[in-house]
Amino acid sequence: MVGMEDYGQFETAWCPGCGNHAILKAVKKALAGLGLAPHEVLLVTGIGQAAKAPLYMNCNMFTGLHGRSLPAATGARLANPGLTVIAESGDGCSYGEGGNHFLAALRRNVNITLLAHDNQVYGLTKGQASPTTMQGMKTKAQPFGQPSLAFNPVAVAAAMRAGFVARGFSGEIEHLAGLIQEAVRHPGFALVDILQPCVSFNKLNTFSWYKERVYRLGPEHDPTDFAQAMSKAQEFGERIPIGVIARNDRPPFEAGVPGLARGPLAARSLDRDALRRIVESYA
Amino acid sequence: MNGPDINIVIGGEAGQGLVTVGDTLSRALTRAGYEIVVTQDYMSRIRGGHNTFAIRTGPDPVSAPTVDIDILVALDQESVDLHAGQLTARGLIVAGDDLRLPDAPCLRVPYRRLAPKPLYDNVAALGVLGSAVCNDLSILERLVSEAFEKKGPEVVEANLSVLRAAYAWVREQEHPFACMPPAPADAGPRIMLNGNEAIALGALAGGCDFLSFYPMTPGTSVALALIDKGRETGLVAEQAEDEIAAVNMALGAAYAGARAIVSTSGGGFALMCEGVSLAGMLELPVVIVVAQRPGPATGLPTRSEQADLNLVLYAGHGEFPRAVFAPGGVEDCFYLTHRAFELAERYQSPAFVLTDQFLADSYRSVAPFDLDALPEPPEHLLRPEEGRAYKRYRITEDGVSPRAIPGFSEALVVSDSDEHTEDGKLTEDLSVRTAMQDKRLRKGYGLIEEAVPPDYYGPDRPDLLLVCWGSTLGAALETLRRLEGRRTRAAVLHFRQVWPLNGRQFLPFLEEAARVVMVEGNSTGQLAALIRQETGFLIDNLILRYDGLPFTAAFILAGLGSLDA
Repeated sequence: MVGMEDYGQFETAWCPGCGNHAILKAVKKALAGLGLAPHEVLLVTGIGQAAKAPLYMNCNMFTGLHGRSLPAATGARLANPGLTVIAESGDGCSYGEGGNHFLAALRRNVNITLLAHDNQVYGLTKGQASPTTMQGMKTKAQPFGQPSLAFNPVAVAAAMRAGFVARGFSGEIEHLAGLIQEAVRHPGFALVDILQPCVSFNKLNTFSWYKERVYRLGPEHDPTDFAQAMSKAQEFGERIPIGVIARNDRPPFEAGVPGLARGPLAARSLDRDALRRIVESYA
Repeated sequence: MNGPDINIVIGGEAGQGLVTVGDTLSRALTRAGYEIVVTQDYMSRIRGGHNTFAIRTGPDPVSAPTVDIDILVALDQESVDLHAGQLTARGLIVAGDDLRLPDAPCLRVPYRRLAPKPLYDNVAALGVLGSAVCNDLSILERLVSEAFEKKGPEVVEANLSVLRAAYAWVREQEHPFACMPPAPADAGPRIMLNGNEAIALGALAGGCDFLSFYPMTPGTSVALALIDKGRETGLVAEQAEDEIAAVNMALGAAYAGARAIVSTSGGGFALMCEGVSLAGMLELPVVIVVAQRPGPATGLPTRSEQADLNLVLYAGHGEFPRAVFAPGGVEDCFYLTHRAFELAERYQSPAFVLTDQFLADSYRSVAPFDLDALPEPPEHLLRPEEGRAYKRYRITEDGVSPRAIPGFSEALVVSDSDEHTEDGKLTEDLSVRTAMQDKRLRKGYGLIEEAVPPDYYGPDRPDLLLVCWGSTLGAALETLRRLEGRRTRAAVLHFRQVWPLNGRQFLPFLEEAARVVMVEGNSTGQLAALIRQETGFLIDNLILRYDGLPFTAAFILAGLGSLDA
């Protein structure tokens, strides 16, 4: 039996009241609930406050570069399809610096899960606008209000027919843990965009701001219906839906890579006969 | 000059099939037992432009390209106009009857009479050329059959009849070109491949099972050869969205136990630099092939240069050990790439293969690689003895920590790009920082001890020592042969590994030579500067080439002449 305690308890360097605390708890709960032991899980992160999440739990961990969690996660998963690979980082890391990798991951559909802590602001560098900052929000770096339109990761993922697209809220831990479990179970790329307040730098999208707007998608929403999914993905403002927004069974990338049938790369040995044939093919 | 070797240059527009003709003739010569050095000069376009495929071949080893042309196969007028002046005294032009030719020996090929359709002109040209140099018809027939096998027996037969007609037609013509001297009978089996293909095979022999890349000339063909040949070994390959993704994907794969390679060229490598730094910090093995071409920026995309040594040497912020190999020829491409995999794995560090466009595209005929002589790839530690107490970055005497692979045991493999403790977690304890940095740097001492020493060719205490690295070797060796019998006693010192440099391995050679001349393909003398930095030895005679073309003996001899003047 795997329990949350297997994932450990650590002192964090996050601000009191930060949404990261709740997300960390939801991740541990989800993994324990899935019966995954810490050594079966790999958390790959980029840079930022959210990217510190795996530091506060027991599991395999690859903490890399700003924006690069998805390529690293993709490489690790392809090298060992037996690992449960989760990329976890913030909105700046996942959609800004890593924007091209996000688009490629949607197309590629490798069996990994992206947990994007979305607080609509850069926290670690003290409050600049992020790709999901709402247009017009003022920060020290955008004193006249953020001029650009906010990026909508959920709508982009749904438009790209990503297999699993969900939005969670750090204020609803149980619900979030359920979404994470479904995302991990999904065979292909899964996005969980997680709304969270940044108590230090985002004075607009506060806990109560979210609390007033967020509502759970009910059974009337059919995530396999593309038009419905796109419509719910666009809803952000007075009302913000959380839950599984879009879902389909697009075959994962791995299905098209015959080399993976031979098992994890680390456990293979050199095929000298094949090598000999290859060298001879150059005669 | 009239040696036993001849230089055949096929010139034409991109898309005319000159590579097909050149490639097939090169393979025929290889199968007949001749040595070859192929130089491809092409423009950065898909069709049109002026391209050449030059085959220097002979019964004795040939090592470098040459400017003189013995047979010029002109597929268009521009090839005649540009290259007729390079013909040797025995030179011959082979051209269709529609081209204006100068007053020189020539074979006017009646393509329309020999081949039913222009589609067959390549095979006709092959027959004409093979016949002119007296290549065995049966070897050519076999190659043509192999090439068209998949298209069915009728297509094979149609091509064979064009080949035979062209071959026979030459026999009836009077032309001054004598047959090549016979190839040595005891040549043994030979294979033909270019530098990038040899790098791909060296990688597979080194256990490479993961490739991620973003296409960039001239690095792409390493990836293409790996994708093609790696099917048989189960290689996992992905064309990444950009070079940043390519290197990070390779590192993620390496972390999970893959033997990963990325191949690129200067501009793409510039994008990878942060990832290289990550490899240094996470202590992950990765082999990075950088096929050099002239810069800065986009430079001359399809030409050659050796100007990215400094980039590769200093790529990545912070300080960490690395190894940089610089193959001199096709065999070196194979063995040094294998070596790069071995060292990357043992030292958990990035290792580089620094090649260039000339070598990347240069076909050679070589003995099949000796696979039995290669050491087995180092084994992975799948289940560390410490179990749950495993520490990824345990501080050790030689700096190398036992590297477990995640997912195979209860041990957790924890890696952080921040400075970290022995168990891999972020720390801002500054004494740990110092200890970790020292640990990483200690791996560098092992790399210095294991550095591949430069090769020395020629007499002790020479009057002239030519120092070079990478693909310049061939031209330097030919220069040496051309200087034989003159009063100057010359030697060559060739660096096959350009970092780390172990002065004890080569300083005596530099000190004992009366005069030392550095020959390198860049405009500032990067290796000369590095040698001075590492050993204090000043090489102030430099022969530098940076017009995009590979070195030739003639270029080096001219350079020596101006140094004397």
